[in-house]
Amino acid sequence: MRHPDVPLLEIADLDVFYGDFQALFGVSMSVTQGCATALVGANGAGKTTLLRTIAGAQAPVSGSVRYDGLDITAAPPHRRISRGIALVPEGRKLFPSLTVEENIQVGAAAVASDSWSLERIYGAFPMIAGRRRQRASTLSGGEQQAVAIARALAAAPSLLLLDEISLGLAPRVVEELYETLSGLRSAGATLVIVEQDLRRAMDACDNLVCLLEGRVALAAPVASVSAGEVVAAYFGEGTP
Amino acid sequence: MNWVNAVIQGMLLGGQYALIACGLSLMFGVMRIVNIAHGDLAVCGAYLGLVLSSALGVPVWVTLPLLLPAAFLAGMALQVLLFGRALRHGVLAPVLVTFGLSVMIENLLQVAATSDPRGLNGGALALASFHIGSGITVSWLFLTAFLTACTVLSCLQLLLSRTSWGRKVRATADDVDTARLVGIRVRPVFATVAGIAVATAALAGVFIGTIGTFDPLAGTNTLIFAFEAVVIGGIGSLWGTLVGGVALGVTQVVVGEINQAYAVLAVNLLFLAVLTVRPGGLFTSRQAVRELQGLGAPG
Repeated sequence: MRHPDVPLLEIADLDVFYGDFQALFGVSMSVTQGCATALVGANGAGKTTLLRTIAGAQAPVSGSVRYDGLDITAAPPHRRISRGIALVPEGRKLFPSLTVEENIQVGAAAVASDSWSLERIYGAFPMIAGRRRQRASTLSGGEQQAVAIARALAAAPSLLLLDEISLGLAPRVVEELYETLSGLRSAGATLVIVEQDLRRAMDACDNLVCLLEGRVALAAPVASVSAGEVVAAYFGEGTP
Repeated sequence: MNWVNAVIQGMLLGGQYALIACGLSLMFGVMRIVNIAHGDLAVCGAYLGLVLSSALGVPVWVTLPLLLPAAFLAGMALQVLLFGRALRHGVLAPVLVTFGLSVMIENLLQVAATSDPRGLNGGALALASFHIGSGITVSWLFLTAFLTACTVLSCLQLLLSRTSWGRKVRATADDVDTARLVGIRVRPVFATVAGIAVATAALAGVFIGTIGTFDPLAGTNTLIFAFEAVVIGGIGSLWGTLVGGVALGVTQVVVGEINQAYAVLAVNLLFLAVLTVRPGGLFTSRQAVRELQGLGAPG
């Protein structure tokens, strides 16, 4: 039973290190069921690290990650996926020797649910429907990105983490991908989106979290912040 | 007719090399482990066959339903207890660990079984042969070894390309970090791959022990041929491994027909030549290399 007041994802005081280098300093944030959160910040601010920590690829030194009321701080990635957290990693990270369809099927490996059947996925991503038997490495950048999102969807996630899905893609393709995302949102998915393009991020999301050098510089509903405030938090200028 | 015979015998011999090599290729392809103990594990399989077949008083083939599962479990245990731990400490650690394992196996076998050469009881099959035309005699045992190699390679190929287990194995071989991230449990994948590798090695060991003799140190020589078959064929290509094994076998027998002293030298020269001209092996296409690199670049 999901309590409406309890956030779907609750992160508290995360400290994450790469060796001696500290990437996140006491990061806390929460994500409400059904909301889209934009995670913004300059290069090296810790956005990817935060997403990887939520997905279980990176272990925090201290702090906690709670999902759907359960502490999952120590859970391995496959447990998190079967609970409904899926990550679309930065740089797509498809399996080059697998076909499009095999890449998507691998995404469903850890889950029993087939609410995202292959047919439904191809319906959501018509640009890859005709390429099922093709090796993932032979696709264009936009198609590869679509496969990467499809692979995450195959796990039937309730929380979808998307890392820089528009990187290196033509604006028209990015437009198409974001249309698919808004379709997912209206179907009830909760999203956390890392996006370089501030305007696009603010258009697509309800909440915004800005990281600055591993710390949360701003966390607010998109409707209540001005672009100027976000830019100030982004560059660390005049923070009160 | 001598030459035709030499080519046929060489191909059959090559099947044995491919059988021993496929496990080596699989472990390197998936886990990036160069298993220096692979030949010694094959010899262990031969000794296990010797123990079982003399204890039960049956030809070694009858013991395979016991021997192969035991080898599979041993492979899984090695992966979980030894190789998996070594992998966490960089690329060099597994090389050192498998080298140490090789030395340990050879010495333990010498203590337990002495250095006397042994042979396995292959039953009636071991001595039977048939003639093709005049002058060509094919041993049923050699033919069985060759056909077994083809069957094992075909089954592996089917498992890898058609099953969900195979999909996970190939995804893990492509990119182990991302495999974990999309929910593949990598440890069971690695354990089953190591199990299959050791089981095929043990099967090859049984053929080696039935066709010729073996002693505790036979693993090193076996390893060299297996390694050369893998590299000539191209790493990660199972059919390439078969072709590599056959190329080695044919070279060895045909050159042996001219002068027995140069047979093994010729094999090593062939290996050196392939390594110089096509370092990726015969069946690793440039296309595959490009594909692997292509995913890194955006756009």
